[in-house]
Amino acid sequence: MKLVKAIIKPFKLEEVKEALADIGIEGMTVTEVKGFGRQKGHTEIYRGSEYTVDFLPKVMVEVVVDDAEAEKTTDAIVKAAKTGKIGDGKVFILPVDNAIRIRTEESGTVAL
Amino acid sequence: MNIKKYLLAVLLCGSALLLCGSLGAQDAAAEAVPSFDEGYAAFMGSSDAAFFTISNLWLLISAALVFLMHLGFATVESGLGQAKNTVNILFKNVFIISMGIISYALYGFNAMYPGFAEGSAGVFALGSWFDVEASVDYMTGAYADYTWYTDFIFQAMFAATAATIVSGAVAERIKLSSFMVFATLLVTFAYPVTGSWQWGGGWLSANGFYDFAGSSLVHGFGGFAALACAIILGPRAGKYVNGTIKPILGHSMPLATIGVFLLFLGWFGFNGGSVLNADPYLVSLVFVTTALAAAGGGIGAIFTSWILLKKPDLSMSLNGILAGLVGITAGADSIMPGYAILTGLIAGLLVVLSIIFFDKIKVDDPVGAISVHGVCGIFGTLAVAFFSDAAPFGIQLVGTLSVGVFAFVFSFIVFGIIKAVMGVRVSAEEETEGLDISEHGQDAYPDFANGSR
Repeated sequence: MKLVKAIIKPFKLEEVKEALADIGIEGMTVTEVKGFGRQKGHTEIYRGSEYTVDFLPKVMVEVVVDDAEAEKTTDAIVKAAKTGKIGDGKVFILPVDNAIRIRTEESGTVAL
Repeated sequence: MNIKKYLLAVLLCGSALLLCGSLGAQDAAAEAVPSFDEGYAAFMGSSDAAFFTISNLWLLISAALVFLMHLGFATVESGLGQAKNTVNILFKNVFIISMGIISYALYGFNAMYPGFAEGSAGVFALGSWFDVEASVDYMTGAYADYTWYTDFIFQAMFAATAATIVSGAVAERIKLSSFMVFATLLVTFAYPVTGSWQWGGGWLSANGFYDFAGSSLVHGFGGFAALACAIILGPRAGKYVNGTIKPILGHSMPLATIGVFLLFLGWFGFNGGSVLNADPYLVSLVFVTTALAAAGGGIGAIFTSWILLKKPDLSMSLNGILAGLVGITAGADSIMPGYAILTGLIAGLLVVLSIIFFDKIKVDDPVGAISVHGVCGIFGTLAVAFFSDAAPFGIQLVGTLSVGVFAFVFSFIVFGIIKAVMGVRVSAEEETEGLDISEHGQDAYPDFANGSR
């Protein structure tokens, strides 16, 4: 099993969710995060004083899938989340040792 | 624990004052006079009753409008503060209105309106319990266009607003118990002194000073008290670092905006009620000048902040509206509508420059109270001389400076003593954690993850 972890622009979340549903992914975990890559931040001003905001709000989408699905999942996310502009984000693929469904205590790929 | 000692001290002082007041000189109704019920009924049947009743009612409505300004202050201050200090800011505002009205009843009202002898250079009078036995002298047109009780409650609301001006400037790092002690002393003992100089028939009024609703006596007073405290207290941690100013963002612009609009609404009572009767011409004039100055203040601040700071700043624009309102408060009944707009515009410009200035000299004022109330309070008082003929420049300057200096010196000394005796600042850890948790053990927004702790 693989954990597909994607950091995307927040407004792209709906699109990514639908793209995953289209390829049969039935569950995911979403976290609000902050971060920056080479995009850097921007300058804001409050009551006469400037400050830089380096951390930009992003959304992290995590899905655990069977090894065979990992590439399909990644492609779907990349296609849906891409705007072509700087700050689109990144996808990481990590190995998963096991998965357990809490309600039934099933484990392995049947738990996904 | 300090707070227990404080409460005990206040309880003892309050009881002592109450005792003094009730034992103090009372009018001895020795010879037979008509009973209150008869005299009152006779007055209410007379042709003067109609104007008296409407004026009295208007003053009471105004008192309620000025009361509403406390909600405005509470929301402005919490909106411009960080989420982790919200409970603390709200709590201070709850305390101020509760303490303020009672202290004014126990001591302040009679200290402020002692009835200095005509033409005397009255400077100080001792206060006492405000209540009187109902009589024609106090509850009919013989007293004023409103009753003694109306007079008390209207003025009591003003007294409390003077203390709340300070709470904004010291927010987010002041120790709660120290603030409670200071605010109690300021409202109880200092505010009635300067108030008596003018509205109590003291030396300022004897010399022709003009402050219609309190640009100096309420706003200047509060602003300079706030300045003294902000200087002694020091800035919030992390505000001034290595020669740069690091903004500490307010957590709710909607709350701040709601607050300013509430204050604007309340000001119709603050100025409108200061006519002290329901005279159609004067009250309507005051409504107009008040609104036009507020609008001028908003426009002045919008354009000043836009030009100076590249982008139009909401919080500065909100401060601008307040600046215009403070600016017109001394002359709302003497400055004509055209000049009222100009007064507002200048106040709006001044407040933006002032906020930037105080940050530059490292006096941290999270809500701009010193600029809105102190600086624009002075300007508003002088505007009476610039834009009307109600008073000359000389006495306006003398008056506004003496009120400001008194408030500043009183606060500097008293707050300084409090600092030496019990400290005025929370610890660095408490400031980082937020005063809500450290001072109150409560979270204003328990369902939301808080990023600033």
